[in-house]
Amino acid sequence: MPPPTVTLSNASLRYGPRNLLDNFRLVLQGGKWTCLLGQSGVGKTSVLRVLAGLAGTGVTAETHCDDGLPLKGRIAYMAQQDMLLPWHSAVNNVTIGARLRQELHATDRKRGQELLADLGLGGHEDDLPATLSGGMRQRVALARTLFEAKPVVAMDEPFSALDAITRYQLQGLAAQRLQGSTVLLVTHDPMEALRLGHRIYVLSGLPAQLGAPLEPNQAPPRPHGDPQLMCLHAELWDQLAA
Amino acid sequence: MAIFERSRAITAATTTAGLLLVWQLVVWVSAVPHYILPAPWDVLGAWWAHAGRLLDHAEVTIIEIVVGLILGLMLGVASALTLTYFRPVRRWMLPVLVVSQALPVFALAPLLVLWLGYGLASKIAMAVLIIYFPVTAACYDGLRHTPRGWLDLAATMDASAFAVLRHIRLPGALPALASGVRVATAVAPIGAVVGEWVGSSAGLGYLMLHANARMQVDLMFAALITLAVFAVTLYFAMDAALKRLLHWQADTTSPTSED
Repeated sequence: MPPPTVTLSNASLRYGPRNLLDNFRLVLQGGKWTCLLGQSGVGKTSVLRVLAGLAGTGVTAETHCDDGLPLKGRIAYMAQQDMLLPWHSAVNNVTIGARLRQELHATDRKRGQELLADLGLGGHEDDLPATLSGGMRQRVALARTLFEAKPVVAMDEPFSALDAITRYQLQGLAAQRLQGSTVLLVTHDPMEALRLGHRIYVLSGLPAQLGAPLEPNQAPPRPHGDPQLMCLHAELWDQLAA
Repeated sequence: MAIFERSRAITAATTTAGLLLVWQLVVWVSAVPHYILPAPWDVLGAWWAHAGRLLDHAEVTIIEIVVGLILGLMLGVASALTLTYFRPVRRWMLPVLVVSQALPVFALAPLLVLWLGYGLASKIAMAVLIIYFPVTAACYDGLRHTPRGWLDLAATMDASAFAVLRHIRLPGALPALASGVRVATAVAPIGAVVGEWVGSSAGLGYLMLHANARMQVDLMFAALITLAVFAVTLYFAMDAALKRLLHWQADTTSPTSED
């Protein structure tokens, strides 16, 4: 079954006296990466959390999938912090979802090991998170997201705490491994959005509105320093700073 | 690691020998009568002479401490879970908890002996009372401060409330709980001995009072040292068990390589 197109509609978010979102609507195309850019506090993380079913107080929204099935239980979530459980080894962190659903099978461990090896962490299965570097930990977090094997993935600035080179490598890995999934990537880095997004929106204003989408021609992950990207980068920069 | 362990053993032995030496020197220099402060050598002699009796009484006190500790830990963790998961209970239970700690256990000891008798029960109750609060407070604190991100992640993974408790909240609360357990292990002997002082017919506390009344100060010291050796052993055993359980917790006071 192909990953669904997901529509978030009628989203409202009140924060004190301010209306951060009002009758907001966002469409995530099935099997594509949608990137959401915006300044801090504009409400982009709230949009992602509503979608992931993590709504806080004061939020209302409707989600709809074009295949008619509910979104709940079909979305994986990856945050800026790796959120690895420090008492579990790398592979047990990857398979934590199965453990939490109380359906952990012997084959899960093997699949977890394969995912780790695929992301360049072969031989580190039994290492504790505290012994891994920041980049390695975020790879484990990516493996955990992939382990969930959900058609929709919500990522909240997943690479922003990493150094430039590690970030570049992880962007590439994520783009390859999540190819064909419906992805929402929230980021504050225009270059990251341009590298990874099929469709890029800037969220701005109060209540927040989406700008006109950018759709770079090439398939992601796009290489650094591509002339078209540089052009679009300037355009995005203007939208963000406006 | 082995070298580290050995150097620790050497440190402990040196400290003990040093203290004994100071004790002996004080006895020599001040020439206090032996019924005020007996020399270490005399205490050792008294211990040897009364070994059977000391060990019998020690057994009673050890049972009181260990049973009190186990019951207190179970009760403390159960209370912390109740406080965490039942909001209405929290409003009623927190004041009771604070009162249980504000009332000095020493003041309750005579009542407990009156109600529960001269046997083990009143001493176990004392030990439970004295460790209940630190365990409950530490465990509740740990359960309350589970990082939001872990809970978010679990929510997107369709985890049941029980699975979150079992796999995230409880293990996450272990470091905090361990601090409470360490305090509890250190103070549990106080509860048992105070209970024995107030009213009992057995136990090291009883033996100390008994010896005191007969001016057998060397026997008193022998009982005191027996209690101290057991209390210290219990503490270090518990500490080692907790460290083993929390092997994943990085000790940031020890040198480590970053990245």
